[in-house]
Amino acid sequence: MTLTDGGVSPREFPTNRGGLCQKGWTSAELLTSPARLTTPLVRRCGVLEPASWDEALDLVAGRLRELRAEHGPDAVGVFGGGGLTNEKAYALGKFARVALATSQVDYNGRFCMSSAAAGGMRAFGLDRGMPFPVEDLGGAGAILLVGSNPAETMPPFVQHLRGADLVVVDPRRTATAELATLHLQPAPGTDLALALGLLHVVVADGYLDKDYLAQRTTGFEQAWLVAAGWWPERVERVTGVSVADQRAAVRLLAEADNAYVLTGRGTEQHSSGSDAVSAWINLALALGLPGTRGSGYGCLTGQGNGQGGREHGQKADQLPGYRKIDDPAARAHVGGVWGVDPDSLPGPGRSAYELLDALGTPTGPKALLVFGSNVVVSAPRSDHVADRLADLDLLVVADLVLSETAALADVVFPVTQWAEEEGTMTNLEGRILLRRRAVVPPEGVRSDLDVLRGLAIRLGQPAGRFPVEPEEVFTELRRASEGGAADYSGATYDRLASGEALYWPVIRDGSSPRVFLDRFAHPDGLARFHPVDHRGPAEPPDAEYPLQLTTGRVLQHYQSGAQTRNVPELLAAVPEAFVEVHPDTAERAGLADGDLAAVVSRRGRMEARIRCTASIRIDLLFLPFHFGGAGRANLLTNPVLDPTSRMPEFKVCAVRVEPV
Amino acid sequence: MRRVVVVGYGMAGARFADEVLRRDSGVRLTVLGEEEHAAYNRVLLSSVVAGSMTPDSVRLHGSDWAARHGVDLRLGVEVTGVDRARRVVLADGDEIPYDALVLATGARPWIPPTEGLQDPDGALAPGVVPFRTLEDCERIVAAARPGTPVAVLGGGLLGLEAARGLAGRGCLVTVVHPLGHLMNRQLDVGAGRVLARVLGEFGIEFRLGTSAAKYLPGDGLVLDDGSRVPAELVVVSAGVQAATEVAERAGITVDRGILVDDALRTNDPRVHAIGDCARHAGTVSGLVQPAWEQAAVLADRLTGVAPAARYRGTAVVTRLKARDVDLAALGDVHVDLDSPDHEVLSFQDPVRGRYAKLVLRDDLVVGAILIGAPDAAAAIAHLFDRGLRAPTDRLALLLGRALTPEVASSPADLPAAAVICKCNTVSKGQLVTAYRGGASTVAALTAATRATTGCGGCKDTVCGLLDWLNNTA
Repeated sequence: MTLTDGGVSPREFPTNRGGLCQKGWTSAELLTSPARLTTPLVRRCGVLEPASWDEALDLVAGRLRELRAEHGPDAVGVFGGGGLTNEKAYALGKFARVALATSQVDYNGRFCMSSAAAGGMRAFGLDRGMPFPVEDLGGAGAILLVGSNPAETMPPFVQHLRGADLVVVDPRRTATAELATLHLQPAPGTDLALALGLLHVVVADGYLDKDYLAQRTTGFEQAWLVAAGWWPERVERVTGVSVADQRAAVRLLAEADNAYVLTGRGTEQHSSGSDAVSAWINLALALGLPGTRGSGYGCLTGQGNGQGGREHGQKADQLPGYRKIDDPAARAHVGGVWGVDPDSLPGPGRSAYELLDALGTPTGPKALLVFGSNVVVSAPRSDHVADRLADLDLLVVADLVLSETAALADVVFPVTQWAEEEGTMTNLEGRILLRRRAVVPPEGVRSDLDVLRGLAIRLGQPAGRFPVEPEEVFTELRRASEGGAADYSGATYDRLASGEALYWPVIRDGSSPRVFLDRFAHPDGLARFHPVDHRGPAEPPDAEYPLQLTTGRVLQHYQSGAQTRNVPELLAAVPEAFVEVHPDTAERAGLADGDLAAVVSRRGRMEARIRCTASIRIDLLFLPFHFGGAGRANLLTNPVLDPTSRMPEFKVCAVRVEPV
Repeated sequence: MRRVVVVGYGMAGARFADEVLRRDSGVRLTVLGEEEHAAYNRVLLSSVVAGSMTPDSVRLHGSDWAARHGVDLRLGVEVTGVDRARRVVLADGDEIPYDALVLATGARPWIPPTEGLQDPDGALAPGVVPFRTLEDCERIVAAARPGTPVAVLGGGLLGLEAARGLAGRGCLVTVVHPLGHLMNRQLDVGAGRVLARVLGEFGIEFRLGTSAAKYLPGDGLVLDDGSRVPAELVVVSAGVQAATEVAERAGITVDRGILVDDALRTNDPRVHAIGDCARHAGTVSGLVQPAWEQAAVLADRLTGVAPAARYRGTAVVTRLKARDVDLAALGDVHVDLDSPDHEVLSFQDPVRGRYAKLVLRDDLVVGAILIGAPDAAAAIAHLFDRGLRAPTDRLALLLGRALTPEVASSPADLPAAAVICKCNTVSKGQLVTAYRGGASTVAALTAATRATTGCGGCKDTVCGLLDWLNNTA
């Protein structure tokens, strides 16, 4: 979109085809919002008070030096965000590894894309969420959309789905499910069993693409030994999806000329999320879809820079260019670009929830710097996270508004937002986009790059090591990523500004819109079936907590709501937390539409307005996660982690609902 | 290291071994299999008969399974005895010591005493094949060419699955069933009738309430009532008997099955039994789900992961696996419509092959039969399994998706607060106001309200609304 005097206007662009939802239309309001922070804040006698930049930066740097001297470099943790530009994500990881020398850095994308990334890496040797341009979807005859609700989260994207038979997998009858040819409604936490069942049907109904299997894949036999045990009638029993619907779904996908399997957070945010992604990819491989022109598998990235944010080194186990931090060659390359001894770079650190869970404990960080994240709303078991933050010696938050997390901080840095700064983002297709500065930021606001540089210099780093000009940072990022999986070396601001569509890897003057057409990224060029089995939710319902809770989004709000709750039009549309519940379940709990109810899990209790919804399963509640205070859905969620991706189980836990 | 010996490498024995390995407990496993090949999935045998699965694709383990997991797997061995001083004795004289013994010996087909089916030594006559093992299926498939007359003895679940598979191959199938209606253990009379009608659509014929009196190889069957059924192939699916010989020879208590308690122990606490050979709480199940649940419980106990684990029985949902026939039966269905303790709902539509009966007590599903109602079957089985109270809209529950309420579609019928453009939260009222304010084209309405600028899905509705306003204004 573009910013004009009267506000924003949509641009004709492949991903949105000229469309904007309410969040896009109203996004300019945040530029001038009265909630906007325009001066650093420092906590004095328990109260956040305005301070000068030098005062705030000196204070933070001084405290960091003391804590590092006393407890070592891992006493300082860094928490980033998938909404940061590539330049900021890169600079943040470099700042953590070089200026702080801490291993304790991770980001909220761990709560978002990590399971998809793990599944994609296992199968294809590369995690480029959607390894084809989004326009390709328009030519599909059928699309299987698993655990994603773009009609609310990304409405203009829905235009790409209209030409196909759409099969939606979601425990709720969402706005997207309403558009579907076929809606499969599995019990929460049983997607993996459903995926195994669909693979079984592919074989039983004669749709297995044996030529593709032989030429492009390896490992089908082991995957089949598991799926053979998931015949449709058994799958129906576990998932609640009828045998007839399982067969119909496979038939739609297999008989279409071109088909796609797309996954979203609904199937990924589980303690078995990586395996669920593998199971869906196995299905796509059995049908011969990935790496084929006009067909494929992709995941739908959540945050604005959810793809780029996971490639350039703010992840606990990664260096820029999607390199592994424990790979000696990667360390040598990046150390060389940064001008530091590779041996001085720390190793892998704690994953996001483990990092938050360790804060202020004897072995955990004593200080935390948060950039672009609102963890007391967005992290699971959020009351516990708030307790951990309270035990820190120093909490520093950089944000544009006083988010719930910023309100707890010792120091808050006011930073620039989208239209006020230049930088690149990498969208869901792996396409690098250059965002130009459209307006001058308010007086007193600085960019995150500026904050990092200010701190780095005060921590004794040479001034030239942390540039503030985004293009200069990007030029360095290109060198750091060169030769890595996510290679940006050939992408320049000039090429991007000229309108070239650059999909990574971008080497020299190339671009890779369809990255797997000839081969997958494993050394042998083959995709791998990864055998996985169903485990089920970590916390099944019981007599005390007889219902299941799932969480998600509404159209009007973004992430923790810190930004969108400050836009009056959006807040008016959805002003407070609500809980979707089947009318019978509400009535049996003594509640009616519009009542304020308490939803209780083993981890906490929150309050939400009852919204009776006849289409929801009788044993399921749905809560949006955009609200703060007593309306926080994440007071309830279960922080049990996926063993591979370290993704928390946001999407299912056991609860009860009762009158307040 | 504890040594656990499993007698039997079928669905129960193989599953138990998997469950032990999954628990990573360091138990040393020996598995003894009677057949020469790897364990296979018996549930899928009807798919092999139907032709949708190959014998190779129903294996439970790859050929390298034992080597990869360090399991001492011995195939084609016969257990001749059990020395209760903790040794298993094989036919070749080998002895295998154990700390715990698991009997998973399964069951054998029961052959009815029809004249001519067996010779005096018990060998089956030419053209007679039970429906139990993978070899049986291969023999059935080899004999089942299009146009071949086939008789299936037994109108229970497996007999009907075989009949449907064979009909799909073009065989001329007649099912002979001694009782008055099909699947009499799971269905009531009305459901049995509808099922016969549905299966009849695929060319299957039925002889109900009569038994085979005599088999004439190459010709067919003569029934009790004197009528004849032509058959070049007779598939026997008349029930099974628990295979208890090993247990009996070892002096383990047997009564139509190896008797086990909730810990799946026999009267010898070191000897256990699971699967089709075991009788728990009076029941010999003959189904895979109880066998697998028993395997998990026993693995919990014998690996020490959960010594207190107990098996308390399995709620069975019967699903007929037959292409284009959707049948589910669960719980107690033999309850009259006017039973004072129950709420019974019933729907019959035999012409369209639909039958639904739902038995509730205190809002809980206690029994159901559903034919031709796949959505309802899935939903009701789920309520039954999870012990959930049924929704108050019983009709919607009984009919599944068939009863989707009609949505108001005319712009005139919509309330003013109805949101037309979900992407931008634009209501009908806002659009009407904009129209009255002079926005008289779609473009003008869009400019005034932002409706249609998101996913574009409401364009038709906005056009319809505009037409309605133009026509009524």
